[in-house]
Amino acid sequence: MDTFIVGLIAATLRVATPLIFGTLGELFCERAGILNLGIEGTMFFGAFTGFAVAASTGSLWLGLLAAILSGILAGLLMSLFAVKLGVNQHVSGLGITLLLTALSLYSFRLIFGESSVNPSIEGFQQLSIFSSSPILGPIFSQYLLTYIAIALIPLVGWVIYRTNFGLQIRAVGENPEATDAAGLNVIRLRTLALAIGGGLMALGGAFLSIAQLGSFTFGIISGRGWVCIALIIFANWQPIKVLWGSLLFGGVSALQLRLQGLGLDMPYEVFLTLPYIVTIIALTLGGRNAQAPAAMLKPYRRE
Amino acid sequence: MYAVEMLGITKRFGNVLANDNVHFCLEQGEIHALLGENGAGKTTLMRILYGLYKADAGEIFIDGKKVEITSPKQAIQAGIGMVTQHFTLVPTLTVAENIILGYHDKQTVSKTEIEAKVKAASEKYGIHVEPGALVRQLSVGERQRVEILKALYRNARILIMDEPTAVLVPQEVEVLFESLLRLVKSGLSVIFISHKLHEVMAVCDRITVLRDGHVTGTVSKAATTQQSLANMMVGRETFGVSRQSKRKTGKVIYTVKNLCACNSQGLPALNDCCFELHAGEILGVAGVSGNGQAELTQVLTGLVKPTKGSVKLDGTDLTNAEPHDITDAGVGRTPEDRHEGSIGTLTVAENLALEDLDKFIRHGMLDQSLIIENARKYIEEYQIKASPTDQLRKLSGGNMQKVILARALSRKPKVVIASQPTRGLDVGATEYVRNRLLAERDRGAGVLLVSEDLDEIIALSDRIAVIYEGCIKGIMPAAEATAEKLGMMMAGAC
Repeated sequence: MDTFIVGLIAATLRVATPLIFGTLGELFCERAGILNLGIEGTMFFGAFTGFAVAASTGSLWLGLLAAILSGILAGLLMSLFAVKLGVNQHVSGLGITLLLTALSLYSFRLIFGESSVNPSIEGFQQLSIFSSSPILGPIFSQYLLTYIAIALIPLVGWVIYRTNFGLQIRAVGENPEATDAAGLNVIRLRTLALAIGGGLMALGGAFLSIAQLGSFTFGIISGRGWVCIALIIFANWQPIKVLWGSLLFGGVSALQLRLQGLGLDMPYEVFLTLPYIVTIIALTLGGRNAQAPAAMLKPYRRE
Repeated sequence: MYAVEMLGITKRFGNVLANDNVHFCLEQGEIHALLGENGAGKTTLMRILYGLYKADAGEIFIDGKKVEITSPKQAIQAGIGMVTQHFTLVPTLTVAENIILGYHDKQTVSKTEIEAKVKAASEKYGIHVEPGALVRQLSVGERQRVEILKALYRNARILIMDEPTAVLVPQEVEVLFESLLRLVKSGLSVIFISHKLHEVMAVCDRITVLRDGHVTGTVSKAATTQQSLANMMVGRETFGVSRQSKRKTGKVIYTVKNLCACNSQGLPALNDCCFELHAGEILGVAGVSGNGQAELTQVLTGLVKPTKGSVKLDGTDLTNAEPHDITDAGVGRTPEDRHEGSIGTLTVAENLALEDLDKFIRHGMLDQSLIIENARKYIEEYQIKASPTDQLRKLSGGNMQKVILARALSRKPKVVIASQPTRGLDVGATEYVRNRLLAERDRGAGVLLVSEDLDEIIALSDRIAVIYEGCIKGIMPAAEATAEKLGMMMAGAC
């Protein structure tokens, strides 16, 4: 039983990692007033770029850096459409997801061809902190990126609530007119937020390809971006609650894998749906009083 | 040397000339009123000064130096602060956060530090605010103080106040005036936008009057009266319009008693409003805009519930009735905003049928051919330049107004409530709409004509009521209405 729980906790942290990155990325975008539905595509693009660069250069760190840059680029593209040109945010976000998904798949075939065996690399190794302890050992045997993800939560909270930049981001997402009248550049602020957000999303994707799996598959993201969109509502746009949401989803995902292995007489699809059902329930309970940034979805124009 | 000099400012929005070669000078340390009716171009001029609009032509000088202001940031750097009608505050942030937003020289924000800074500024300028409170929880008066302090915190030497009293209760107005007079003594120059004559006379040193985008004059308070300011605002010193011959009107059909209502901000807008409307007469409601005209028509058409009073049509009580019951009872309406009374994406025919859909139902479905046929009839009768299947939003303002008028009048209403029926229409359409209203009167309907166009009121009305601060100040037969009388009553002077 102990090993069951310890394994579950360890897996929870692992599953939660890309969700934390993705949701924190989305948090920056939405706090600035932009719903970034490009998240699914940006994570996919980050996973691909990270893997492709790591595979061709042999450096995982270069791969990671390339992934972040690709995400920033995706954020800037979103900014061009949704901020600068004032295109409907749903349309531009979904468009970017479609574009980046297709671009990644196309480039992957160009670079790696269509072999029957998926190319793979030796990914990041797990770091053991308490290797001698039978309980803490397995729990704290995680990838560096998982520790970074958890450390990012208070850091993002500090940036959002305690820095001048964070104050400006919160202001522009609530009332761009007021922000403009205060002498700040609305377009610049939103573009910065989207760039940071994109970088974080892509990092979440790259975690999957160059740390957890060591390969790039077509189903590598499989809806995690959309889960992040739900988690940000669950978290009520607060960084600390992003952690609880990600752990909840991660925990149920890890649990369902283990339940499948117990040999219960049930179709495995029932277990697969479990995390999503829990998300829906959590969202209905936790999202009731959620207050989205007031200016979200509204392009800003100075008349 | 002037604090602000705006020379030859011209600004066009599409076909509308919002500012036409406007000259405006603000002296150091004065409160200067910018007076004019809605749409006269006051706010446009100030938005240009604050860098929110770009003027098509003209020059701006601050302290004698020519400046180019293309963004609020540059305006703030030039020492200009603006407090707008719709506050530019972020409701979810605290007072202190709002005040330092965009004007903070450190990368981190410490709550205690900024709250101390804001508290110091609050004491320095004598404007009381609660630095740690969330703006969301403040009253409008408190929010306005935050806005003023925000401008002063940025070292504004020139403060633009856009209709600052519109949202305040009288006590708050007094506090505001006291603060402004005190700040001016310490060197601030204030531009005070308003359309309320008594406020302007109470607090300002000089007054510039705008009408239809151009300046009709700049006068000092000592050298003018409310009466002459009213004339400069509405621009009609001679009321030489042909008088109706004395006509016989019918019995009273519509009675409004002690009507009270609040505006959208929850402040009292109608205050014991009383009048009677006879069959076969046009009762004009004159007044400076913003004195409760909009609320009056909203209450009479059922869009806003009155807080007190009664409305009776031919003995039927309509006080709290729903809009469709009011229409069914025989009240036809043309709303103040044409776009509010129609649906732009529906066709002309559908809009014409909209208030009377039951009539067009066959076997539980809308009968399209009947709707089109109905539309053809009215398009011909009202000379609407459109086909039944055109989308309404593609029509000109005049044709759109004709559609609304046709729909309202097609039911032969006993009472017609026409709110600003010719605002923004060209001469031809205006003429047509006015003749239609006269025809309704001759048919025996009672027409309530609410208009800011005094010429229109005098030309059409049998009797004229003047509304001032939500109350009917007096009703007189049109034959007795003179420029002096109406002007004084509109200014609330008697």
